[in-house]
Amino acid sequence: MQQLRLTRTRRVALIGLAGALAVSLSACAESKREEGAGGGTGGTMIFGAAGNPKLFDPAFNDEGETFRITRQIFDTLIQNKPGTADLEPSLAEKWESSNEGKTWTFSLKTGVKFSDGTAMDATAVCANFDRWFNMKGAAAQSQMIYYGDVFEGFAKNEGDAAGDPVYKSCEAKDPATAVLNLNKAKGAFPAAFTLPSFAIQSPTAIKQYNGDTVTQSGDSFTYSEYANKHPVGTGPFKFDSWDQGKGEITLVRNDSSPSPAKLDKLIFKVIPDENARKQALKAGDINGYDYPNPADYGLLRNDGEQVLIRPSFNVLYLGINQSGPNAAKLKDPRVRQALAYGINREQFVKSKLAEGSEVASEFVPKVISGYTDDVTKYPYDQQKAKDLLKAAGAEGMTLKFYYPTEVSRPYMPNPADTFTAISEDLKKIGITIEAHAEPWNGGYKDDVQKFGKQDLHLLGWTGDYNDAGNFVGTFFGREKKEFGFNNPELFSALAAADASPAGDAHAKAYQEVNKKIMDFLPAVPIAYPTPAIVVGPKVKGLVASPLTDERFNTVTVS
Amino acid sequence: MLRFLVRRLLQAIPTLLILSILVFAWLRSLPGGPAAALLGDKATPEKIADLNHVLGLDQPIILQYFGFLGRAFTGDFGNSLVSTQPVMGEITTFLPATIELGFTAMLIACVVGIPAGYLSARYRGGPVDNGVILLSLIGVAVPVFFLGYMMQDLLASPLGLPSQGRQTTGLDATAITNFAILDGIMTSEWDAVWDAIRHLILPAFALATIPLAVITRITRASVLEVLNEDFIRTANSKGLTQQVVRRRHVLRNGLLPVVTTIGLQTGALLGGAVLTERVFNFRGLGFLLAEGIERRDYPRLQALLLFGAVVYVLVNMLVDISYGIIDPRVRVR
Repeated sequence: MQQLRLTRTRRVALIGLAGALAVSLSACAESKREEGAGGGTGGTMIFGAAGNPKLFDPAFNDEGETFRITRQIFDTLIQNKPGTADLEPSLAEKWESSNEGKTWTFSLKTGVKFSDGTAMDATAVCANFDRWFNMKGAAAQSQMIYYGDVFEGFAKNEGDAAGDPVYKSCEAKDPATAVLNLNKAKGAFPAAFTLPSFAIQSPTAIKQYNGDTVTQSGDSFTYSEYANKHPVGTGPFKFDSWDQGKGEITLVRNDSSPSPAKLDKLIFKVIPDENARKQALKAGDINGYDYPNPADYGLLRNDGEQVLIRPSFNVLYLGINQSGPNAAKLKDPRVRQALAYGINREQFVKSKLAEGSEVASEFVPKVISGYTDDVTKYPYDQQKAKDLLKAAGAEGMTLKFYYPTEVSRPYMPNPADTFTAISEDLKKIGITIEAHAEPWNGGYKDDVQKFGKQDLHLLGWTGDYNDAGNFVGTFFGREKKEFGFNNPELFSALAAADASPAGDAHAKAYQEVNKKIMDFLPAVPIAYPTPAIVVGPKVKGLVASPLTDERFNTVTVS
Repeated sequence: MLRFLVRRLLQAIPTLLILSILVFAWLRSLPGGPAAALLGDKATPEKIADLNHVLGLDQPIILQYFGFLGRAFTGDFGNSLVSTQPVMGEITTFLPATIELGFTAMLIACVVGIPAGYLSARYRGGPVDNGVILLSLIGVAVPVFFLGYMMQDLLASPLGLPSQGRQTTGLDATAITNFAILDGIMTSEWDAVWDAIRHLILPAFALATIPLAVITRITRASVLEVLNEDFIRTANSKGLTQQVVRRRHVLRNGLLPVVTTIGLQTGALLGGAVLTERVFNFRGLGFLLAEGIERRDYPRLQALLLFGAVVYVLVNMLVDISYGIIDPRVRVR
């Protein structure tokens, strides 16, 4: 006892030594965190979302506000390079197709774990593909919008799901190799593997919390506990809580992620009103928000906020209906060309759209593979437009021009402004415009797309993944009430392009299709508008994405 | 009193049934529909038709209605299409916010409106009266959402008041009843109480403007009427002090129509709350309703509109009862 007793001096010295050790150890830990991609020194980010998420199982979702959150929780096999629509590895380090696009082999990252500790390997990947394909129940299948679109059918189509499935099987060759076999090639691949709906989820968690159960009562759906409370992925963040009363979804850093976050916490605060989001940012209640009004960009910048312009991944067009009230005249290509020559798109883009927006020369944005500059162009030429109308005997015709109200889309921030600008131009070439304004959700889409009541209309599209078919195939792939034409040659060219294997051939096929479309001119592409995202001055490292695919793992808030 | 109450409750049943039919028919007559709203931008007419079939929205409306009624009797109002959560759960989660906001707004309206109306009547024709009349006119005329935006843009920052939500994000307050102030008091989290009060100020004033203006004007008119009654003259001639005459006779009789107005305005508050809650991101029933309308969320709208009807009927009953208390003659009849 006597021997063990330390003198006062020694005790002080020892305590000092221990303290120094602790400090240096924690400094080491600190520097390690700094070195690593993540590590939790990035603070808390509060982001103002425009709407409630629907649920957190991305397989049953097709809506941006939910994807904004699930993108942080889950990883896909392939992802978009930050800030672009180009592909880069995510859970799959490599991927290749063979058998003319009918087989896809994914070489997976090894050692990756879901946030519940289970392994993310080929078996888990195949379990996800099998899960989607074998999903049962009309309620469940009707909610798998993207799977239905891309994979065209289920093992057993229920309810209204129909079609011959593209998916055949998935084999886990070894833990790091998953092989996907398809019944037919699909042009959407590999880009569609980046869709948030096809994110890889923990099969164990899905089973534990009944993730496959979607039931229906009356006119509504009930989702599982998994979809509401226990989503498990490999993303940079883990789900923590969803406080409905406060409208806050809280995510915390997932240290086991292959792309860990720097932030400790990421909170999404739902503020539906755009002005309210702006006020909240100004007051410092939030650190950023989406869908700012282009009219506010300057003011926001003056206040020191960062307005990050996204590269355009959408298109605004003037629809022409060849089976509408003026079918005979609009079937004449000269009349459609006159419409294209008659619109001063340069002026419109300059005066009405946000900075960075460009005049559209075709129906796919520039960043999409399949875009080509080599298409017939229709530069503003009032006289030429008048001459064409005269030659077609369509001078002084009256056209029913439909446009939506009570809506703001990324490709059309202000429909009434857009309508006014375009109709004024058309009046100048002698066309009488009969204006029809209708609420977006209150008849506009029905009248235009289902009944085809219009001669002209305004609409657009934001892409889902980097494939031209997602644009032109959706618009012109078959006969539709919206455009009212039947052009078998164009339809088959689009089908062939969609079925062509990925790569140069695929891009080439769509370039040819784009040329055909711009010669035929079923509608007039107007602009590639650029939506923006705003963050406060303290936010660093956020990369604006053309696909609104912002991932917050690189972000810090000082 | 009991018979009166039972009779009123029985009368409420057909009223609510008729209302449920009207609400149901009205919602289904709206163009657009929930399928288009659910499917969003990527909705094609084919997908909308498919989803309508899955949702049973292509069935005859009578069948849809009875299905709804049957489920409603078991307390199942379905799940919100927007949030996918049970609608009944949403109502209980969001109701406290609306009660808190509505109560505060009504408190402001009464505390300011009744004295203002009374003073206006007492000094009839004078500058006070003219000022009150002008302000109440403005109060009724200015739309709530406009006032809300003006308050947000012009007042929030200079006064250092939050313009958003019910609580500062990240403030870790304990939630017991979901009444932010009450919870704060119960748990002695005074920071949370102060935070909740600060968040209430702007939206409560915005919501209070219309009832405040209406209550002021009704009080004024009513007090003026009572001042001209014979019994006031009698009371005065009996030699009662002015204070006693004012308190016992003028105020008591003058308040009768004011109580009715307060009742009716309480029912109408939900309407005002839709705009106020939306503008201030104050997450109550009005907020839910606004979001539901935008997204054609049938299950949520059906439940909320019926809930609103029930509240209205109950408030009216309370008004009748309070009538009986203030004026015993009503009870006798």
